[in-house]
Amino acid sequence: MSGRDFLPWLAASSAADPALGDASDSVAGASLELSHSASGESGATVNTHRRDFMKLLGLGGLVIAAGPFGARRLEAADRSLAPGAEPWDPHAYVRVAEDGIVTITCHRSEMGQGIRTTMPMIIADEMEADWAMCRVEQAVGDEPKYGSQNTDGSTSIRDFLGKYREAGATVRALMEEAAAKEWGVAVSEVSARNGEVVHTASGRTRGFGALVATARTIAMPAATRIRIKTPAERRWEGKQMTSIDLVPMTTGKGVYGADVILPGMKVAVIARPPVWGGKVVRVDDSAALKVPGVERIVRIPETPPPSAYFPLGGVAVIAANTWAAIKGREALKITWDGGPNATYDSAAYKATLQASVRQPGKAGRAVGDVPSALASASRKLSAEYYVPHLSHAQMEPVAALARVANGKVEAWAPTQSPMDARNTVAQYLKVDPANVTVHVTLLGGGFGRKSKPDFICEAAYLSREVGAPVRVQWTREDDLQNSYLHSVAAHRLEAGMDANGKVTAWLHRSAYPAIGATFAPNVPGPQPDELTNGASDIPFDIPNMSIEACQAVAHTRIGWYRSVNAIHHGFAIGSFVDELAQAAGKDSADFLVSLLGADRSVDLSKAGLVAPASNYGASWTDHPLDTGRARRVVELAIDKSGWRSARLPRGKGRGIAIHRSFLSYVAMVVEVEVLPDGTVLVPRTTVAVDAGFIANPDRARAQMEGAIIMAMSNTLYSEITFAQGKVVQSNYRDYQVTRMRAAPRVVDVHLVPSEGLPGGIGEPGVPPAGGAIANALFAATGVRVRELPVGKQLAGWMARATDSEG
Amino acid sequence: MSDPIRDAEHGAPITLTVNGTRRTFDGDQTMPLLWFLRDELSLTGTKYGCGISQCGACTVHVNGAPARSCQRRMSTLNGAAVTTIEGLHSSGEHPLQVAWREIDVPQCGFCQSGQIMQAANLLTSNPAPSDQDIDSAMTGHICRCGTYPRIRAAIKAAAEKQS
Repeated sequence: MSGRDFLPWLAASSAADPALGDASDSVAGASLELSHSASGESGATVNTHRRDFMKLLGLGGLVIAAGPFGARRLEAADRSLAPGAEPWDPHAYVRVAEDGIVTITCHRSEMGQGIRTTMPMIIADEMEADWAMCRVEQAVGDEPKYGSQNTDGSTSIRDFLGKYREAGATVRALMEEAAAKEWGVAVSEVSARNGEVVHTASGRTRGFGALVATARTIAMPAATRIRIKTPAERRWEGKQMTSIDLVPMTTGKGVYGADVILPGMKVAVIARPPVWGGKVVRVDDSAALKVPGVERIVRIPETPPPSAYFPLGGVAVIAANTWAAIKGREALKITWDGGPNATYDSAAYKATLQASVRQPGKAGRAVGDVPSALASASRKLSAEYYVPHLSHAQMEPVAALARVANGKVEAWAPTQSPMDARNTVAQYLKVDPANVTVHVTLLGGGFGRKSKPDFICEAAYLSREVGAPVRVQWTREDDLQNSYLHSVAAHRLEAGMDANGKVTAWLHRSAYPAIGATFAPNVPGPQPDELTNGASDIPFDIPNMSIEACQAVAHTRIGWYRSVNAIHHGFAIGSFVDELAQAAGKDSADFLVSLLGADRSVDLSKAGLVAPASNYGASWTDHPLDTGRARRVVELAIDKSGWRSARLPRGKGRGIAIHRSFLSYVAMVVEVEVLPDGTVLVPRTTVAVDAGFIANPDRARAQMEGAIIMAMSNTLYSEITFAQGKVVQSNYRDYQVTRMRAAPRVVDVHLVPSEGLPGGIGEPGVPPAGGAIANALFAATGVRVRELPVGKQLAGWMARATDSEG
Repeated sequence: MSDPIRDAEHGAPITLTVNGTRRTFDGDQTMPLLWFLRDELSLTGTKYGCGISQCGACTVHVNGAPARSCQRRMSTLNGAAVTTIEGLHSSGEHPLQVAWREIDVPQCGFCQSGQIMQAANLLTSNPAPSDQDIDSAMTGHICRCGTYPRIRAAIKAAAEKQS
């Protein structure tokens, strides 16, 4: 029996999804040797890796670079190759060695989304490489060479699918031309197939490795020779593929941020200002210095707000090992000046946000005449929602190792953006970015936290101060109390409906401290373009709409967290639509479908959107708001979830929501079971996804499984609060997240087959989930939760009267 | 708060076995096993996630029982036999490791060492765990990527294969 038989939802849906049709002939079991997966057991590992790298290059390697204007070969594929060696901006993804080894350089960070598998499988597929001969190497931060490495915004495939295909197709064409030249035949008579080129007429074959010498001597193929495969020709794209890092990840050999070891390295744990903008007044480090293993105490200058990517500053304890550094920090006696944010208090701030959304804000989208439409509506409804600060709480607290020596900075870190890290470290240490190298380890979860390189700057600063390699280790407490938090948000929605329950007016005001406040002074609140992250780009057919951003000043570092503003936008909008359905006396799913209206494709820049506005970085021509796609995923979720089947008994319920975000359309039906004590279980979730072309369906499913589970944390359990400017929560004991028991037993993911332009996958599953969960709780218990987390709000629900007022 | 200096313990050296190899430790005996494994032995498969026994990422076996290595001080480990993820199976082919790969359980992978070590003990003591047994055994382990449904499936797959 295959292990997959224990994933009934996968077994059930694979038959229904053509995308998984012939998954069985994939290369399960192919063993990929990863040059990056150093064992991490000694100082030799990093050097070994580097030696291997050089050795491979020394084998007469051939580097293929795919640039924006086609493709070129880099002749100088040896250690003299340096950024800027070519007069244009190359993106080097593929290297073929004479022994036939194909090395694919992954320039995006692996944080669980599977890019280290998905990117290589696209390139290898287009190349007609033999997957068993492929190796994956992780790029250092070098965007001029590779293109964007900022692994953020669900962009890896939606921005790079075409470039990866082009890179692979270029190598294929080159190999075919080389073989044709060697054999003296027309290139039209040969074709690459699984790592070799075949001359069909004569039956001759030659492996890619054997062709390298000739391939090096010939001109790059003309653009017309670079042909992207048709869907029928694909081997792996869009099909089942075993992830390449499974062996290291299941044997403890994967190398994460804290797993890189250098000879003579020290470990640092840092006491940072507990209040954003706070400062050290006095330090008594005498006790800390007596802790066995503690070697030095180093002050890191505070960075005043807006501190952007720079460290908060504070007092670092440098020690021989992590435990000594932790104990040393405990022994520090520090007097802090909290500064202007020392009065930040979440209860008071909530009232501030709520007052803000009761006043008009800055328009992000304006259509029709909302006040008149509200005045003439036969039924009006309003509701306010609140979502607290959230923390990424990724399993790996941030950690980085840096070595500063001889004017060069080298860092190893779990970073989502090694180029930002490189530039920020250079800026922070006032050195040339050319002298900074940032190696990317595996990320033990990212979710946006690891886009910010503050922790890498800390390691680099301390290494320079100490004159030895330094690993900075954040504790879980640091991670919750000194990080970049997801914004706290308040929302007010008002709607008017006509006598038939058609929504004629929609007013949505939201207030939340902006991410921009982390980077610039005096940011009064969200800008209109933040509303395009899931509030002003909603797919509903409503003739009068006003979507407004209201003021909110930041008192802590705000950062992006998986799906960003769409978390709270999605919760508020998804909940309010369900409240409207109840008020109209209609089935929630029917109401949602009718709210989408007739299928239409809309350029929102011409439909009331107010500048600055964005479409997740894409054009409205490539990615219009397509309400037909929204309708189809809603109907698919309805159909697959059993929504139309018998009503569930009290204590159980289903909720539905749809959200477009990151250019993808995701509808979700969540089924909950609420126990008498208010504990929420999720027996089943049905997810319908239209993300355009999906390169790696199993990882897309995994992202949706993860999205509902992370959204459960966001909705049911998690909350960061402040008192006297400081984060109250300190660890998973009081910052609670989803655990095994409550997690869905079945996550039934349906991927709409599509050859369309790809949208995002990592984030779009989160925004519909919050509303769907809240709506399911209402269906199960009659309790409408408008303030998150749900927490204990359902306690005693069985004794309560149904609360269905608006 | 405890006094870290007074708490430092320097008794007779601690001798234990880790993955079958005899090891000696003569440092601060308040050090949790986690940091001994990671910092002294470079066995970095055991992960630091919370330091207070709330997440399970640091789970190893001590004398055959699952233990949160962030909470086990070296002073308590004289004569103990410790197994880490690196020592669970000589070639990484424990039925759970195989099932984990068949089902493609990991996303980021960071918590999976601890998950697998806990599940290995569950299967040792209960070769055919029910959903409730899996809930009870695995509830101390957090996965922020949300691989719980696949972890459950992989445990069942490994259990079936063993039976």
